Amino acid sequence: MKLLLTGARVIDPAQNIDSPLDISVENGRIAKVGANLSRSTKSKDSDKTTKIVDLTGMIVVPGLIEMRTHLREPGFEYKETIATGSAAAVAGGFTSIACMPNTNPINDNRSITEFILRKAAEAALANIYPVGAISMDSAGSKLTEFWDLKEAGVVALSDDGKPVMNAALMRRAMEYASSLQLAVISHCEDTNLSADGLMNEGYYSTILGLRGIPAAAEEVMIARDILIAEFTKTPVHIAHVSTAGSVHLIRDAKKRGLKVTAETAPHYFTLTDEALQSYDTNFKINPPLRSEQDVKAIKEGLADGTIDVIACDHAPHGRTDKEVEFEYAANGISGLETSLGLSLNLINSKIISWPELITKMSLNPARILNLPKGTLKTGADADITVINPQVKWTVDVQAFRSRGKNSPFHGRKMQGKAILTIVGGEIKYDGR
Amino acid sequence: MKFERKDILGIKELSVDEINFILETAESFLEVSTRKIKKVPTLRGKTIINLFYEASTRTRTSFEIAGKRLSADTINISSSTSSVVKGETLIDTARNLEAMNPDVIVIRHSASGAPQMLASLVKQSIINAGDGAHEHPTQALLDMMTIKEHKGKIAGLNVAIIGDIEHSRVARSNIYGLSKMGANVILAGPATMMPRDIEQMGVKVSNKIEEAIEGVDVIMMLRIQLERQKNSIFPSLREYSQRYCLNRNNIKLAKKDVIVMHPGPINRGVEISPDIADDPSFSVILDQVNKGVAVRMALLYLLTGGSE
Repeated sequence: MKLLLTGARVIDPAQNIDSPLDISVENGRIAKVGANLSRSTKSKDSDKTTKIVDLTGMIVVPGLIEMRTHLREPGFEYKETIATGSAAAVAGGFTSIACMPNTNPINDNRSITEFILRKAAEAALANIYPVGAISMDSAGSKLTEFWDLKEAGVVALSDDGKPVMNAALMRRAMEYASSLQLAVISHCEDTNLSADGLMNEGYYSTILGLRGIPAAAEEVMIARDILIAEFTKTPVHIAHVSTAGSVHLIRDAKKRGLKVTAETAPHYFTLTDEALQSYDTNFKINPPLRSEQDVKAIKEGLADGTIDVIACDHAPHGRTDKEVEFEYAANGISGLETSLGLSLNLINSKIISWPELITKMSLNPARILNLPKGTLKTGADADITVINPQVKWTVDVQAFRSRGKNSPFHGRKMQGKAILTIVGGEIKYDGR
Repeated sequence: MKFERKDILGIKELSVDEINFILETAESFLEVSTRKIKKVPTLRGKTIINLFYEASTRTRTSFEIAGKRLSADTINISSSTSSVVKGETLIDTARNLEAMNPDVIVIRHSASGAPQMLASLVKQSIINAGDGAHEHPTQALLDMMTIKEHKGKIAGLNVAIIGDIEHSRVARSNIYGLSKMGANVILAGPATMMPRDIEQMGVKVSNKIEEAIEGVDVIMMLRIQLERQKNSIFPSLREYSQRYCLNRNNIKLAKKDVIVMHPGPINRGVEISPDIADDPSFSVILDQVNKGVAVRMALLYLLTGGSE
């Protein structure tokens, strides 16, 4: 089937395109991007198999890439499956997602990677890119077989929520991975400092009587990883940056020319720790929601390019994980279906431009993970997201495709959402 | 005044008028405990459940006696383990209790915020009998009642709270209550026991007991929990007691008529020397316990519609 998308504003940062253009899609690839393709097609009037989609008023961008999800399968299917996570992804405008290895068993060997890819193929919605564990069982002592994992389809390495506390192991992982062009994604948290903390350490943890997680728990390890990257001349990607101090460290590292990249999540530029006053467990995440000054610094980091990527850290949970005392509740937000809406606020509030947003949600994730994605160049995979920037809607967790209904944004008014998600030339989500 | 609240979850949300009203109501109940027959029929036919997820002798007994002196039926449920360990969630326990139609549920829980959660789930009145390091409103109310009795007022007094503020729900509730009532609060303890940004609650902070108690009207000592030692918040009890124990020597720095309070249970010789704890010219510790019954009677009465 051929597709012809007409009338939309096309934004493709990789080609410096931001103008009203048409896009034709053939055999799963971008055939052409140009002005008035519809006229030429119509004039020929030869090809009735072409489906013409009028997208006047819409914005067409390279398929969004979410580089940090937890799909929970195998092991925690009551929270999410690869199929439901894929459905949530395309409904949120994402054509590709990377999934973290903290399943059960952990994705520390090729059989798990292959299982995930098989399930992804069965779901046949979004492209799914597994992230392998850095260490066996993510226990932080012995490296996994990076070559084997890469061959099986892993696109990056991370021990996810179990940070590599051993600096020597982290050094070896970064060196070994760099020889394979595999990204290392570091969840920066010194677990001695964060200990059994439940929320950001500050005024609100004090009045709520909840054990605090100091900003330094994150910053100490970011500083360490930056120093290792500098010494070994290897790249490192810092996951879910949440503090002002982290932004300063990364900004400084970039100034010095180090190959450090970083991401943040929509909740870190949208919410503060003040929200925890309700003890609502949907606000419980790790790293925790921080202070107003941190939120301000995150926005500055997004604006000046210190933060390369917006990744929602999709962490779906079942009701039983969240409907308990705050102390016992699981960390995480089901984010795939609110990420774009929340991120569009950055444009509405003039913090970043449209091309910058698309760079952070498509082009940069593709570059960091070495994916042949993130652009609408002729010949590229036809992964396309169509956004209606005007439509107003209200978040309703019961309408989520994800099994995880754990969102602190339930009931929130949003403007703008993905209305068409095309993966490999096929429409996988149509919300028009 | 009509008392409109469904629950007593913390001092934070109470107004000065509400605090005064509770204390006045408690005054009127003091007398009941001195009678030959210590019982009034006020809450006959009402059911009160004491749901204690954390060990407690004083507070649980106090609530039970308060209920019984008002002729309510009181039931105690104690669970030494958390709901997670026990296998039934707090939500399920709450819904089951709700189905039995009690009038008031008193809850103590090691997890901060558990009473809030319970209050949002059930239609019954909830009284927080201490949640984690968050609040212990009935303790603060009985402390304020005790101070008022001995000093005739709260406004304008200087009150020092000494010890592990970080882990203390008593400290937080008293900071709210005493500040609202116009007292000046100063805290003292090692930096490891001071929660971050505590100054934003409107208190002064010192690391020296001598500095904190100088010229004060009231000294509140907090219990040092021995198990905290393993989190390195203090090196040893020996060092702590040398630096922070209230004794005959340092108490001279306070006002002559200073009163000494402690929420109990006390560690004799650790945070307070036996000399001071047992000296009736300073110590009002047992008076606090006495007021506790009256305060809890007042709350049970007010929450079950007594003021109507």
